[in-house]
Amino acid sequence: MKIYLKFGFLIVAILGTLLWLAMGGISETKTYYKTIAELNQLGDSGKDHRLRVGGDVADSIHRDGREVRFSLTQDKLVLPVVYSGIEPLPDTFKPGAQALADGKLGADGVFHATKIQAKCASKYEAKPIQAPVAAPRASL
Amino acid sequence: MENIAALSVLLAFCFAIYSVLASVIGKLTKRPFLTVSAERAVYSIWVLVTIAAGILIYSLMSGDYRMAYVAHYTNRAMPTIYKYTAWWGGQEGSLLFWNWLLATYGAVVVFKNRRKFREIMPYVIAVMMTTQVFFLTLIVFIESPFKVLMAGKRVIDVGDGQGLSALLQYWTMVIHPPMLYLGYVGFIVPFAFAIGSLIAKQPGEAWIATTRRWTLVTWMFQTTGVLLGAGWAYAVLGWGGYWGWDPVENASLLPWITATAFLHSVMMQEKKGMMKVWNMVLVSATFFLCIFGTFLTRSGIVNSVHAFSQGPIGMYFVVFLSIGIAATVTLIVSRLDFLKSEAQMESVLSRESSFLFNNLVLLASCFAILWGTLFPVISEKFTGEKISVDAPFFNKINIPIALFLLFLTGVGPLIAWRKSSFDSLRRAFLWPTIAGTVVAAGLVALGVRSFYATVSFGLCAFVLVSVAMEFVKGANAIASKDRASFIASVMELTHRNTRRYGGYLVHVGVVIMFIGFTGKAFDQQMTVEISKGDVVALGKYTLRLTDIQVGQNDNYRWQRISVDASKNGEHVGTLEPEKRLYLAKKEPASEVAIRRRPNEDLYINFAGLSDDGERVVLQAYVFPLVSWIWMGYWVVLSGTIICLIPSKSRLIYPRTEVVGISGKHAKV
Repeated sequence: MKIYLKFGFLIVAILGTLLWLAMGGISETKTYYKTIAELNQLGDSGKDHRLRVGGDVADSIHRDGREVRFSLTQDKLVLPVVYSGIEPLPDTFKPGAQALADGKLGADGVFHATKIQAKCASKYEAKPIQAPVAAPRASL
Repeated sequence: MENIAALSVLLAFCFAIYSVLASVIGKLTKRPFLTVSAERAVYSIWVLVTIAAGILIYSLMSGDYRMAYVAHYTNRAMPTIYKYTAWWGGQEGSLLFWNWLLATYGAVVVFKNRRKFREIMPYVIAVMMTTQVFFLTLIVFIESPFKVLMAGKRVIDVGDGQGLSALLQYWTMVIHPPMLYLGYVGFIVPFAFAIGSLIAKQPGEAWIATTRRWTLVTWMFQTTGVLLGAGWAYAVLGWGGYWGWDPVENASLLPWITATAFLHSVMMQEKKGMMKVWNMVLVSATFFLCIFGTFLTRSGIVNSVHAFSQGPIGMYFVVFLSIGIAATVTLIVSRLDFLKSEAQMESVLSRESSFLFNNLVLLASCFAILWGTLFPVISEKFTGEKISVDAPFFNKINIPIALFLLFLTGVGPLIAWRKSSFDSLRRAFLWPTIAGTVVAAGLVALGVRSFYATVSFGLCAFVLVSVAMEFVKGANAIASKDRASFIASVMELTHRNTRRYGGYLVHVGVVIMFIGFTGKAFDQQMTVEISKGDVVALGKYTLRLTDIQVGQNDNYRWQRISVDASKNGEHVGTLEPEKRLYLAKKEPASEVAIRRRPNEDLYINFAGLSDDGERVVLQAYVFPLVSWIWMGYWVVLSGTIICLIPSKSRLIYPRTEVVGISGKHAKV
């Protein structure tokens, strides 16, 4: 029986350490998904969380040294975003693309992003190739 | 053409259903002809799916732009090789590819075992063909790759297509998906044999012996696939990372982790008859994680940078997974008596125990990654808020696990089976521990302040010395007995027990990879905006922008900059990163320039050009030791191949019980 106790103790110790690390990791990096509409209603308490917000990239993207300024739109709501992360913006990030911005909402209503993800092109459904093309149908 | 292809997959679907029914009914009612006809059906399925795949490839290569798939994923200007890889570039085609690989594995398994395992084979066929039915359902009824473009009732030819995503037009993408899929699909074979032996109540050792090679080969494919993906991310995505804990990357890692755990714990069953239930669980978990990975990539349930388009197929996967898992669990529970362990753990300080902890932390890592990946889904279910966790979460938990595993890698070979005395441990661990401590202390003395990096390098030395000692000890024994040279003795030693010494070589490869991973702690980076002629410094390097060029070819338009790099004042080369705009998809892509050297990579990304074309945003990185990861891979690969070569010892020393390892496995 003693041997099982030893193993039990070691296993609990290892798993306990890992669990503790995991809890720390979650509370450090957890990011709340919000829509632009939800951001506008966010109370002060929410402004401390890391947030992730999605939308379509508006037409003008301004590069200003290392900062990139652009807007995300969703259902006619517009959110100004400043990106100042270290990673380069992905190639798929361009006007009209869907993007996710991670960061915090500033007091000025500008979203300060530290990470931008843009959805990969393979994710887009085919746009109509020629004007009067009906939806593709199976040949069988 | 496309009608023939669609008909082939439909027929294959019917044959697969027939095969499942015929093999099971044939077995239960003892009608061998039915089982044989089920096996023939497996061959026919391969032929039919091959015909369908051949037609799709032909259409892609010849540019049949009447077909939706061809028009969506290729265009005229694409290089031929990428027209071929478009086969797995999109959802429908890659599902066909899955089916083809599965059919191929099925045919090979049936052929290889046509005279063996008559008790298990009907169930093996049934398991594999049930999976085949599921994947054929997807391409026959839901995501057919053989749709044509229609306007009203008329088939139209659009003349040119949209092209393959620019990111996928890179050489590793030619082999990365096939490798990963070979690994994903291949794991069905050990799973099918495990289930077969459970249903037929065959002794556990039979399926393990048969599937040992399969497991190793598929593990090798998975490893290759995962690392090719990492290499692709490093060279293409432009941020210099090779691993971002993206859901899709995680999906490919999960079955790899359980497969690795399985490869280790299966030794416990072979040699000691222990952990039988656990091995069943691991082999099933690996298989279902492979399916789950395919599901995660395609269903869009979690946001990912490189997921396929969201299709309606997610639900089908959920149903298949639930039924499969429920059936497997029921089966294992109903056969618990039959899976009783033949031995007990005797000591915490034993090789058994090192295997146990290896499995424990591997599984913990797997669970943590799965949890982190699904966190948005889980948190939304329970709290109503969609919360995601990020790379730091995964690193925080997986770095200690990885280091602990590295430690066990060094401990495993040195510690005895059953029970080790403190005295023998002290003798065995003396040199490795000295080596590890010296390296760690030396690094601290040199001013390295990263805790994990110091520990990691120390452990690398620890493992290398312990593995080297194993080779030296064994080779010396042979050298003194046979009067052979040391090198010849090492070869002889390895040949006598390829699994053991091949396995050690895999461990050496892993250590080399860890050295590469640890280099991450010393990265340097900068982002600057400069004009032609400007000079910037990064660490020991000075970079001068000498030229900005633009041009165009059939496939893409490009902007290229030339950067002269000098190290410590000495010119080391010109790097030319590029920005491309692929014309068909109007999609931009960056081509980074990398100067790869064993000690460090200089990595330059051309991040952007100002509107007047004068100022360049340049990102430069120094990544120490990254090349060691790719070098380590080759060592892992050679080690795995050595494991696959049959041991000589099987013929020379049958049934030696003394040495434990080299003796006991000889009887199979």
